[in-house]
Amino acid sequence: MSSAYAHPHPRLSSVTSAASSPTASSSRFSLPSAATLVTASKAGTGQRPNIYDRNLNKTRVAEVSGSAFSFLFSEVVQYTQKRVSGINDLERRLNTLGYRVGIRVLELMIWRAESSSKAPKREIRLLPSLMSIHTHVWRAVFGRPADALEKSVENADEYMIIDNDPLVERHISVPKDLSQLSCSSFTAGIVEAVLDGLGLPARVTAHSTPTAQYPNRTTVLIKLEKSVLEREELLK
Amino acid sequence: MAIFGLWVINKAGGLVYQRNFADGLAQLTSNEYLVLAGTLHGIHAITSRLSPIPGSSSGAQVIEGETFKMTILLTATGTKFVLLTSIAEPSADGTLQKVYDAYADAVMKNPFHTPEMPIRSDGFEQRITALIGDGRTS
Repeated sequence: MSSAYAHPHPRLSSVTSAASSPTASSSRFSLPSAATLVTASKAGTGQRPNIYDRNLNKTRVAEVSGSAFSFLFSEVVQYTQKRVSGINDLERRLNTLGYRVGIRVLELMIWRAESSSKAPKREIRLLPSLMSIHTHVWRAVFGRPADALEKSVENADEYMIIDNDPLVERHISVPKDLSQLSCSSFTAGIVEAVLDGLGLPARVTAHSTPTAQYPNRTTVLIKLEKSVLEREELLK
Repeated sequence: MAIFGLWVINKAGGLVYQRNFADGLAQLTSNEYLVLAGTLHGIHAITSRLSPIPGSSSGAQVIEGETFKMTILLTATGTKFVLLTSIAEPSADGTLQKVYDAYADAVMKNPFHTPEMPIRSDGFEQRITALIGDGRTS
């Protein structure tokens, strides 16, 4: 991290004050050169700082266009679909892509929590972690909390996060011959990565559970590993 | 006043979507619809070169008969939306814009749609149903 952020975290100041901005020494990294970045941003809307120098804690202006995301995600699904042999394989690959996003989401959320609150907290228990995914991860990624968090009646190790109108599937109509497919596997990957990062390994899958009112309703099923439940038992 | 039908013609002149709403026009076979769409595509291409002012022209926008009219919306990418309505229907242009909206959302952002191929998307059907319904406007 560098001094380029407007308000670096006080704990980081001594380490970073001497370091130069990452774009100034960009030849060491595989980043576009500083000159192209500056001209690109100037050509747009005047004097906006380039993306590497933006403040990570400003969540209000960090939102991206929903349409742009839909087009990108559509291409992601098409690209993936060309390289797989079946629905399971496609879901697994989308899950893997989501996992890569989830790792970064968790890091970003912890970074934001550290600099915004006086007593940043790291979730270690199961239920608060799940609540935090339901509320904070969803808000960070999709702009609003998920619609429900439920515990399975049959299996003690299963929890479900329910989204009535998932953003990633808003414009997707799955054809009948792929009716088993849920593109929210991408979301499941994000959840899996966050749970892994919090030390609560689990297998996460997504399933379409449409209702008359919400045709896109999706359930993200979390199946926790045995070790997690055993540890919860000890912490009680 | 009524909306009778909606066509979507791809940039090569193929009919990729056709749906009827209000009764009133004679029904054609699917083959006749294809021929009609292809012919309209050709006519539109010629009319767009007819303009007395040099430069690009929109081509035919409305073709009117005694009992019905067809309103044509040409998009920047060459896709044409054609709405068949009664003569007095005032909402044709607005409806076409909304159809274009629905097409951009439910067809172009759907990873399971192949560009230039017939539209089979439940999301698009639902949006059109919500927009036009049974085609009776006031």
